[in-house]
Amino acid sequence: MEVSLTNEFLSQYFPILMFMGVAAGLSLLLFLVSLVRGPSKPDPEKLSSYECGFEAFSDARLKFDVRFYLVAILFIIFDLEIAFLFPWAIALKDIGMFGFWSMMLFLLFLTIGFIYEWRKGALEWE
Amino acid sequence: MISIPAIAFYVFSGLMLLSAGLVITSRNTVYSVLFLILAFFNAAGLFVLVNAEFLAMMLVVVYVGAVAVLFLFVVMMLNVNMALPKRDTRSYMLVGSVVGGILLGELFLIVGVWSIAPEAIDLVSAPQNMFGQKGNTHALGQLLYTHYFLAFQGAGVILLVAMVGAIVLTLRQREGVRKQNIHDQIKREAKDCVELVNVPSGQGVDL
Repeated sequence: MEVSLTNEFLSQYFPILMFMGVAAGLSLLLFLVSLVRGPSKPDPEKLSSYECGFEAFSDARLKFDVRFYLVAILFIIFDLEIAFLFPWAIALKDIGMFGFWSMMLFLLFLTIGFIYEWRKGALEWE
Repeated sequence: MISIPAIAFYVFSGLMLLSAGLVITSRNTVYSVLFLILAFFNAAGLFVLVNAEFLAMMLVVVYVGAVAVLFLFVVMMLNVNMALPKRDTRSYMLVGSVVGGILLGELFLIVGVWSIAPEAIDLVSAPQNMFGQKGNTHALGQLLYTHYFLAFQGAGVILLVAMVGAIVLTLRQREGVRKQNIHDQIKREAKDCVELVNVPSGQGVDL
């Protein structure tokens, strides 16, 4: 597969690759240095839980309100809507009126959903 | 001499396979989700390597930013026990291996199609070259909203259904919650709630 813009395109991403490499290397280095060089002399008192002097009463995994989940799902849906807007905005000059109204119809569907959730009170926190 | 993209490819795909394996082997489900996020990041790196930068960014924004949070919610909500009994795993073995076998077969089919029809790969990479040197996002924009009009509107309808479905399934009005109603507060006037009573001395008053 010979794509002509491969090398020029990838070279734009090289600084990001460098950044990721440095970040991974540095965090690994700091982790390993503290693992190797740091003194480690555990005893029962050091290892006991010390926060407020209590043992934990229960598991951290409590059941919580399903409303958090609803908010997260609604966020994802509008996140995806935004994702569709990016290529549209870039190519708008080339795709003409049809492309413009195509997106308007798409936004209409989601606006119907938005009005529905507003009227239902899904966005309100009790 | 191995080129830098080749090294990046092997690092990304190796880390991705490793973290994907750790997703299904680690006992703590929260760690599984974190490894899943690492796998998403590496997949985004692989997408960049094949010039699909829009897909890479969307993978980071949508999957890492939103879907991973949902997974964490589910993991926290389900209250799973840390150590599942062995016999539970065995009872899922049959279904799991059937689904896994089908997926593996499909992967082999993809490779097979490429060797049967060598021009298939050119068709796959055609749209990007067709629209000049402007890149992946631009090529997607040129095709998605006009050529794939119906599929695009279908995506909109699916999002609408998902939105309505999530609200219908999870929205509960709780009883006995005192909410602040600003309209009612502003509309309230002194004559509705204050009563002046002239009390005769020594008699008291009925309220």
